[in-house]
Amino acid sequence: MAQSSTPVRKARRSLIWLAAIIVALVLGNAASVMFSDGSWTPKLALDLEGGTQIILAPVLGDEEANPSGEQLAQAVSIIRERVNASGVSEAEITTQGGSNIVVSIPGRPDEETLNRIEQSAQLEFRPVLVAGAPGPVAEETPAPEGEAAPDAETPAVDGATDDPAAEAPAEEAPAEEAPAEEEPAPEATPATEPTDGSDLAWVTPELQEAFDSYDCDAADNDNSTAPADQPLITCEADGSVKYILGPVEVSGERISDATSGLQPTAQGGTSNIWAVNIEFDGEGTEQFGEVSTRLVGLEGVRNQFAIVLDGQVISAPRTEGAVTNGQPSITGSFTQETAKTLADQLKFGALPFSFTVQSSELISATLGTAQLASGLLAGFIGLVLVVVYSLVQYRALAVVTIASLVIAGVLTYLIITLLSWREGYRLSLAGVAGLIVAIGITADSFIVYFERIKDELRDGRGLVSAVESGWKRAIRTVIASDTVNFLAAAVLFILAVGNVRGFAFTLGLTTLIDLLVVAMFTHPMLQLLATTRFFNDGHRLSGLDPRALGAVYRGRATFRTPAVVAGKKPVTSAREAERRRTIAERKAEEASLVSASRSSKSDKDS
Amino acid sequence: MANFTEFGNDLYTGKRSINIVGRRKLWYLIAAIAILIAVVGPMLRGGFVFGIEFTGGSEYQVSSPESTSQDLATDAVATVSDVPARVSVVGNESVRVQTEQLSSDESAEVRTALAEAYAVPEADVTESFIGPAWGADITGAALRALAVFLLLAAVVMAIYFRTWKMSVAALVALLHDLVLTAGIYGISGFEVTPAAVIGFLTILGYSLYDTVVVFDKIRENTAEDGTESRRTFAGSVNLAVNQTLVRSINTSVVAILPVASILLIGAILLGAGTLRDIALALFIGILVGTYSTIFLAAPIYAHLREGEDEIRKADARTLAAREKAGDAAPKVATGAARPVTAGER
Repeated sequence: MAQSSTPVRKARRSLIWLAAIIVALVLGNAASVMFSDGSWTPKLALDLEGGTQIILAPVLGDEEANPSGEQLAQAVSIIRERVNASGVSEAEITTQGGSNIVVSIPGRPDEETLNRIEQSAQLEFRPVLVAGAPGPVAEETPAPEGEAAPDAETPAVDGATDDPAAEAPAEEAPAEEAPAEEEPAPEATPATEPTDGSDLAWVTPELQEAFDSYDCDAADNDNSTAPADQPLITCEADGSVKYILGPVEVSGERISDATSGLQPTAQGGTSNIWAVNIEFDGEGTEQFGEVSTRLVGLEGVRNQFAIVLDGQVISAPRTEGAVTNGQPSITGSFTQETAKTLADQLKFGALPFSFTVQSSELISATLGTAQLASGLLAGFIGLVLVVVYSLVQYRALAVVTIASLVIAGVLTYLIITLLSWREGYRLSLAGVAGLIVAIGITADSFIVYFERIKDELRDGRGLVSAVESGWKRAIRTVIASDTVNFLAAAVLFILAVGNVRGFAFTLGLTTLIDLLVVAMFTHPMLQLLATTRFFNDGHRLSGLDPRALGAVYRGRATFRTPAVVAGKKPVTSAREAERRRTIAERKAEEASLVSASRSSKSDKDS
Repeated sequence: MANFTEFGNDLYTGKRSINIVGRRKLWYLIAAIAILIAVVGPMLRGGFVFGIEFTGGSEYQVSSPESTSQDLATDAVATVSDVPARVSVVGNESVRVQTEQLSSDESAEVRTALAEAYAVPEADVTESFIGPAWGADITGAALRALAVFLLLAAVVMAIYFRTWKMSVAALVALLHDLVLTAGIYGISGFEVTPAAVIGFLTILGYSLYDTVVVFDKIRENTAEDGTESRRTFAGSVNLAVNQTLVRSINTSVVAILPVASILLIGAILLGAGTLRDIALALFIGILVGTYSTIFLAAPIYAHLREGEDEIRKADARTLAAREKAGDAAPKVATGAARPVTAGER
């Protein structure tokens, strides 16, 4: 068996690698249990485990009507994004009674997730007019300190403003009327009509007075419902600076995306400065373009742009350039963490209106353990049936199938458990059913492979070479079909939302595991088994008995005779074509030659 | 099972050949009728029954009952209507029951029934409307994802198989599977829930997967034929289908056994619910998916390719050569051209 030594060595190496992967997963899991809050079982989703139900009610000013269906739908989808930002959690979000939003989250959500949901943020961009120390003592000069002034590059484009938030004293035409008519402004009636959002004419004596006495530490500073078309006195979120801000220039709904990352250098490399990158939609691009063009020419604090979340300034970057492409980036003293927080706030903060948490209660599972138990029972019965069927079909070879399925099961279990710890993945009943179906797709790889080996045996190859050449053909098919499956999973995972993502995740995972197992376990096992006597001699129960498979010995005689007949074209292609013909065709041909020429009868048994 | 092995041997060697590709008109007709039924049937029945996750519905909250057993609520709702109820316990002291939107009469009855079941005054059972948890935004995103996937899958297959005609055949078969599976939901009146939709998506993956496996064998057979083939193009396709038939049967049996067991156990032990919803979609989908690969995708592919000049010429040559040798040689299995088995001498 000299020639089989290479495959055997390769096979052993694959098996050792596979064992190493499994051991690594087990150790990883053990570490997560010992040093973190990991567990040996995957977390279950809402339908199986229950969770927390949070009811959010909209905060309505006086006389404000209930949110429209459209606004509510928008809010639901933003909250869904917030919830799912922490991973694949299969949360359920719905509306109740036409105005409330009900968020059901599996298990007990961690503090971070709760905060993210409850943060009923309204995000807006306002120009800074005046800044000062947080205390009530009047201080004229703007002295942005600490993280109050991360510098910024703000891109801008010009655009129409039909967004109600930015409508009023926009930089162009409407500037004259809007602020003048609006009485309810916090004691601000500009003497001269401000021409744009940065005009210091907004700062009336009354406003200045209010600003001077404003105390960032006072308890009743609730600015979250401040009118968008009026200046606003408020503080940095950490209370380090207080500001007078101009009216809203760009509303948070105009942000289509926000990400954090390392700032690229001019040379195209990556610096180690953390930046928050914002992307505006078309309208926001125009609005931001105009504003940044204006601000970049201004001096001092008026050059700053305040990002206001629920009435509090979360960041007030300086404008270092006019940004007209709608993709500003903010840099400053960010760490990776603060950059991500700001990006999340920018991305998910743009609710059409504010919410408050009305109730937050534990909720039991809707399906209960009976469903899970019968699901698992059904899966188990199904598996036993699969085992019986493979034993009947593939005899001893079925042992390889079963072992492969077991390995695939172990890998899936370990990875899901790890991911439910790391990524918040949760297994729903639909997910369990998906995993059970994956048995079929995984087993198919083995079936395709075994059938190919049988085909090669039927063609008269020896077992060792049949395993090798059958594998070459089978792995092509397996990769092609798994690629399609994985493509489905990847596309659905990236583009879809909600439960569909959870499903896509499971599908993609099982597809990868299928490839891994067939390449690193099934094939190596067959390579090893092919050298054993039991299989190599084609034992009746091995499932690979050449006699039962009607194998044809393709000796030289069989090969040559038809080749002569077909010999009008280059021999190689004729031979290949010959080889690809079915055995029955060859036999038929042979018989006709024999009867036609009455020449020497082939010594082959036909 | 020796017979099955023999069956596989015969199919592989071509001793036995089931003429599938040649009878394509029959399969087209069957598919057309099936699709017609799947489209008209649900319409006659009154359309699809969508679950509460899609339509929204009624929610009842029973405050401080003596027992928080979920079965009480399930039984109470069952006495009024046969719509499934989703019951959960909220914060240990109240029971939440969600059903589809009920008529106001039924709704009042449900309230009474719940109040009786939990022995609380009727005033402690509140009712409100809940919106769909699976909103239009999820559906929209899922449909977009689906369109992108189909497009990408078509491109990937076209590149891998080096012919767009395989993509077309595979997608037609896929469409056939989805329409039939959806049709059975519409006809049987099973509720379309998120679980069922996820079952659908699984079928989408499975159907394409199955088609790619068989097409890969077709590619192998037809690509290696060259000009020296003694088979017509359709004959080669038919041979590939026959050679993978054993694999198709084995795979679908292995895939369907667990699903069937979920479906049976889900339906018998538990009645309507997530398990039954998803298992039904999968059960039908796997059967139809396997069927359509063999009886629809392969014949369509042969059909599309047969019109090509080169293939037409090659086929004509093959047939002519066969005519010539006709009397001397026993007839050879050719699939489309002549549905005669080779082994009959």
